[in-house]
Amino acid sequence: MSWVLILEQFLNGLQFGLMLFLLAAGLTLVFGIMDMINLAHGSLYMLGAFLAAALVQATGSFVFGVLLAVPATAAIGMLLEMSVLRTLYARDHLSQVLATFALILIFNEAVRIVWGSDMPLQMPAALSGPVELLPGMFYPAYRLLIIGVGAAVAALLYLLVARTRIGMLVRAGASNREMALAMGVDVRRLFTLLFGVGAGLCAVAGALLGPLLAVQVGMGENILILAFVVIVIGGIGSIRGALVGAVLVGLVDTIGRAFLPMLFGLFFQPRVASAAGPAIASVLAYLLMVAVLYFRPRGLFPARG
Amino acid sequence: MVCVSAAGGTVTMKRLLLAAILLSIAASLPAQAADKVKIGFISTLSGPSAALGVDIRDAFMLAVKLNGGKLGGLPAEVLIGDDQFKPEVGRQLAEKDVKLDKVDFLTGFVFSNIMLASVPVAFENKIIYISPNAAPSPLAGKQCNPYFFAASWPNDAYHEAAGQHATDKGYKSVYMLAPNYQAGKDSLEGFKRFYKGSVAGEVYTQLGQLDYSAELAQVRATKPEAVYIFLPGGMGINFIKQFVAAGLSKDMQLITPGFSSDQDIIRAVGDPMLGTFDAAHWALDLDNAANRKFVAEFEKEYKRLPTVYASQGYDAALLIDSAVREVKGKIENTEAVRKALKAAKFQSVRGAFKFNRNQYPIQNYYLRVVGKDSQGRLVNKTIGTIFKDRGDAYVQDCPMR
Repeated sequence: MSWVLILEQFLNGLQFGLMLFLLAAGLTLVFGIMDMINLAHGSLYMLGAFLAAALVQATGSFVFGVLLAVPATAAIGMLLEMSVLRTLYARDHLSQVLATFALILIFNEAVRIVWGSDMPLQMPAALSGPVELLPGMFYPAYRLLIIGVGAAVAALLYLLVARTRIGMLVRAGASNREMALAMGVDVRRLFTLLFGVGAGLCAVAGALLGPLLAVQVGMGENILILAFVVIVIGGIGSIRGALVGAVLVGLVDTIGRAFLPMLFGLFFQPRVASAAGPAIASVLAYLLMVAVLYFRPRGLFPARG
Repeated sequence: MVCVSAAGGTVTMKRLLLAAILLSIAASLPAQAADKVKIGFISTLSGPSAALGVDIRDAFMLAVKLNGGKLGGLPAEVLIGDDQFKPEVGRQLAEKDVKLDKVDFLTGFVFSNIMLASVPVAFENKIIYISPNAAPSPLAGKQCNPYFFAASWPNDAYHEAAGQHATDKGYKSVYMLAPNYQAGKDSLEGFKRFYKGSVAGEVYTQLGQLDYSAELAQVRATKPEAVYIFLPGGMGINFIKQFVAAGLSKDMQLITPGFSSDQDIIRAVGDPMLGTFDAAHWALDLDNAANRKFVAEFEKEYKRLPTVYASQGYDAALLIDSAVREVKGKIENTEAVRKALKAAKFQSVRGAFKFNRNQYPIQNYYLRVVGKDSQGRLVNKTIGTIFKDRGDAYVQDCPMR
């Protein structure tokens, strides 16, 4: 095991974490501020990926396709908020879970009717190979792009939340919704906007991951579970928490998968190691969540004091 | 229907109507030769894994349509059910088909686990199940069953053929990946049964894993000559895309079982699939009259190329067709039907094959490579035969003669 391999796995973890962050950011805001459990968040991620694939095909350009898919998904997200989800805010969590689960099924079948069960989405040819970062260390160029975009979006989002008026309202809503309402914040508009931003972030994740992952019906459900783990670790409603939680989950998951089987190999019989290593690596992210919940039940960075 | 107008509520009316219809159907049933053949088709037709079941159904119905709506000369009635990828739903549907609708044959299931949960009710009632896909090892060996016919291939076969191919090629080191569950372990065992070189790595990943960057980094560090994956569905799409993006396809050969680089996967992955080797018992370009007709008609009807699953659905229909014809429509005689099925007197799209005594097929397995056809489409091309007349490794445990 060389240090090059360790560095490569570190980058892999970072990349996975940043993508999780894009999903978790929208989820944590919706959950934290609107107090709304939106299981259909993953459907917006799927929709973003399919729209990107369709638009890349239509325009013949990866950049244009992705740039168009993001506002399109955001618009669909806002329409969804205004038409369906708005009526759910006053209901209890069970109604929200049931209704948004129904939305998952509706989105899945709708996408299948429009585009079929899967679509090809390829990365631009210029980025399709590996680059030599350091002598002897090759890393896929496209994954570097994802790290770059993920970091840039995280920084933008931080500026938006920490430095702008809208961000202030968002933070106010997250820490005490009733008080924000009492101070005259137009919550309806804020919620719609927030939902649009969340949907747009989903589309960024879906479009960027599309060339690496299967663009297929049901892709949203797999990743949604990890996104929920991230926001529970980070603290519901906190963007900073989502970022830290996402990178932690990404690193723990990747490093665990990479090195745990080797570590087990040092102490156990090969047969035991090859069975137990991957089994434990696959639950590491959840073990992390359990540990965080034990020591800090409100997550690492709770939004509400 | 005087009684209907006399009855009050709509519910009673519906019940009476239903009773009247059922009675008239019962009255019209002849005592001897059946006037139609009733088939229960249960498959996964909705949800993320639906593409496979849809392909099997479409090809099955295509065969019925091309036959003028008949199977073996009898009008065919196909009851289609969706198991929703859930064993308990599959079981309920199978019970309904067998006990209520009294089907003559049952078929359709894609996934082994759902099939194994659902078909016992057919076995208990002496209804024959024709498998258009799942053919698990236990049913080939000790638990072989007179009412189970595999119109597809034994679950291990593609992996064994891939292993043989790796041996034929003289690969000295192969890195293997599969999901961490029983079928994953079985698949790599099947591969190793015929692969004689050294194993550079044997890694079991999470079921439904999205990102393979960690595994790919290990593969790069290990530098094997070839990589064999058993990653069905979306997992395989993810892996292949990332394998190519990591630049590994230049340094090592990717080998997969046939279904991991079939038309559905090719559609989702695109160009990165080029040059992938795989093993299967059927291919688009297999040169026989039945296959040429099947591929052309399938494309005409559904505007897409068929997968290996579709070929199995089509063959399942042709198999039933041949048996019903052979017994001259007397499908009540289950023993005669079994004998006729076992003879498999029909032109299969896979070319010649016959049933072993465990009612699993003995057939050829081909080496295929993903390339471009004359129209520039990505397809699997047959480039060689790996196994000739291969059965399975479990038949000696089967007590059936």
